Amino acid sequence: MRLIRIKAVTKKEIIQIRRDPLSLAMAFLLPALLIFIYGYAVTFDVDKITTVIYDMDKSSVSRELIDQVSQSGYFAIVAYLDQHEEIDAYLDKGNAQVAIAIPVDFSKRVRTGRDARIEVIIDGSNSNTATIAQGYINAIAETFPQRILGSGSRITPLIDSRNRVWYNTELKSRNFIIPGLIAVIMAVIIALLTSMTVAREWDRGTMEQLISTPVKPVELVIGKLIPYFIIGFVDTVLSILISVNLFGVPLRGSFTLLLALSSIFLFGGLSLGILISIVARNQTVASQMAMLSSLLPAFLLSGFLFSISNMPGPLQIITYLIPARYFVTILKGIFLKGISIQFLLWEAVLLTIYGIAVFLLAVKKLRKRID
Amino acid sequence: MNSSETNVAIKTQNLRKVFGDNVAVVGLDLEVKKGELFGLVGPDGAGKTTIMRLLTAIMTPTSGDAWIAGHSILNEGEAIKERIGYMSQRFGLYEDLTVMENISFYADLYGVSARERPARFERLLGFSNLTPFKERLAGNLSGGMKQKLGLACALIHTPEILFLDEPTGGVDPVSRRDFWRILYDLLKDQITIFISTAYLDEAERCTRIGLIHRGAILMTDEPSRIKETLGTPMIEISTPDAREAREFVSTLAGVRSVNMYGDRLHIAIEKEDLAGAIMDSLKTKGFSIEGERAIIPSLEDVFIATVKRQEDGTVRG
Repeated sequence: MRLIRIKAVTKKEIIQIRRDPLSLAMAFLLPALLIFIYGYAVTFDVDKITTVIYDMDKSSVSRELIDQVSQSGYFAIVAYLDQHEEIDAYLDKGNAQVAIAIPVDFSKRVRTGRDARIEVIIDGSNSNTATIAQGYINAIAETFPQRILGSGSRITPLIDSRNRVWYNTELKSRNFIIPGLIAVIMAVIIALLTSMTVAREWDRGTMEQLISTPVKPVELVIGKLIPYFIIGFVDTVLSILISVNLFGVPLRGSFTLLLALSSIFLFGGLSLGILISIVARNQTVASQMAMLSSLLPAFLLSGFLFSISNMPGPLQIITYLIPARYFVTILKGIFLKGISIQFLLWEAVLLTIYGIAVFLLAVKKLRKRID
Repeated sequence: MNSSETNVAIKTQNLRKVFGDNVAVVGLDLEVKKGELFGLVGPDGAGKTTIMRLLTAIMTPTSGDAWIAGHSILNEGEAIKERIGYMSQRFGLYEDLTVMENISFYADLYGVSARERPARFERLLGFSNLTPFKERLAGNLSGGMKQKLGLACALIHTPEILFLDEPTGGVDPVSRRDFWRILYDLLKDQITIFISTAYLDEAERCTRIGLIHRGAILMTDEPSRIKETLGTPMIEISTPDAREAREFVSTLAGVRSVNMYGDRLHIAIEKEDLAGAIMDSLKTKGFSIEGERAIIPSLEDVFIATVKRQEDGTVRG
């Protein structure tokens, strides 16, 4: 292995990247843009649930209830109805997700301490939203009599459960999603970046000339990895900065540790891209393979969207082979829990083993022969 | 540093390459001495490129072996690559790199020392007349200049043997002449040159040629001797009005057959010295002729010409 050859390959790659403005823009802007777009779009928080009200009681008590609903911030009242039949139209057309009907005797029953009922109809086609909306309304309904009648009311809950949520105290899904999102986006970007490098040389006919020289496969692979590692590193820093400064995701742990562990992940992901490029020998095939092999596992099996502990057993075993899984754990751990290296040692070691294995496989597969 | 004790540069032994059902190289036995300019001569698809790739150790043979500067292509490929220069048929340099960046890249790969560089760069850029274009992107060079840049990169480490796969295809006549002048200069430095070509004029310039057809060497000899055995002289002309030119040429006396390949015509003629007359009549008729060269007829060409002769009744049994 000779340093001068690695340097030559790296220098050549950098010149080529610099002279290709489109791929340069893709390399530096795309990850930031994706974090930006998805950071805004992907949120599981349910608020501003469209709601219609059919108030038959029309009393100060029923108005008080409506105020409670609208002031909670979770519901946006879009219309007040005069007939029960109108509810169907609103829900059918999707103009409202929730309808609340208050019966004529509502205020009377509340005042006399009798069992007061309201009718709540929820569009269950989005079960997630429906469940959450139901929870909110129940919470409002349960405490409502106390508010009206004062503390002397006889309605007291049997169990006073006070839940406390750790790490993401406000349960903002954005805080939870964005660290995972960084893992998914970086996994895809870095695999795509390097998936072109060797395939392009075959497509353009430069590979035949290259393999007739004494350059060694390991020199070629390292030389090609270095420039893309720099790009991937800059992308990671950018993604973290956007998450913290634009979306206000708290970074509770060490920034340096986060970058160090990200670098290990980058090494493995970039090596995978090169391996794909070497095997595919064709730019179109290579980019599709890179997309598929990085996006799907990172999206579905990394614990980013679906909790790994809820997956069927065999699928859980497969997730151990997905490097994004460890990176998601690292990102969430450092961002939200602020944990240090001793809690992430297992992830760091596995990512290192994965990176070295893929790198060695790439070097082995890069044969200096045409057939 | 001479690795082989004999004066043999290239030696092959029953070298064979098969792609699926297609036998590309049929048991090749060949020996090229040091300092020779050996031409592998044959029509398109004869197996010239496959042989080049086998000898430069970038393709594995199905069976047999070859020794380049004393090293086997089977297991000493990397030692061979230190000692040879290779120019592939398709332009293999980086079009988005400048002339100088390409040369420096290959100098780095071959480990040319910093001390030797200035003198070598100057010499290579000088003989190839590329000095004024040092900063130009390789993709913006003309066909002839690209070939010279390819040659400069292949020579950066002063190889013992130079492999050139159809280096002058699509290159204008003046650049072609320059290119061959450079090759002759290299011979003076005792470099062995192994070149492949489909053109007769280039075959004639080699010290020895091997005539190849369908993956087999039919004979190796001096160019003049082989030319005699080819029988049917054939010329290739390039013209934008190939279709009309074909109609016209086939009516001329002494023309045995005409085949059209895109904007090129392959004209089989009865005697070599008829070429001048045919060209003259084409020009008088107003056809613009962009290039004219004598070529190696393929067996197909010879076959077509023979059939044509029989149909015309101009040939006995």
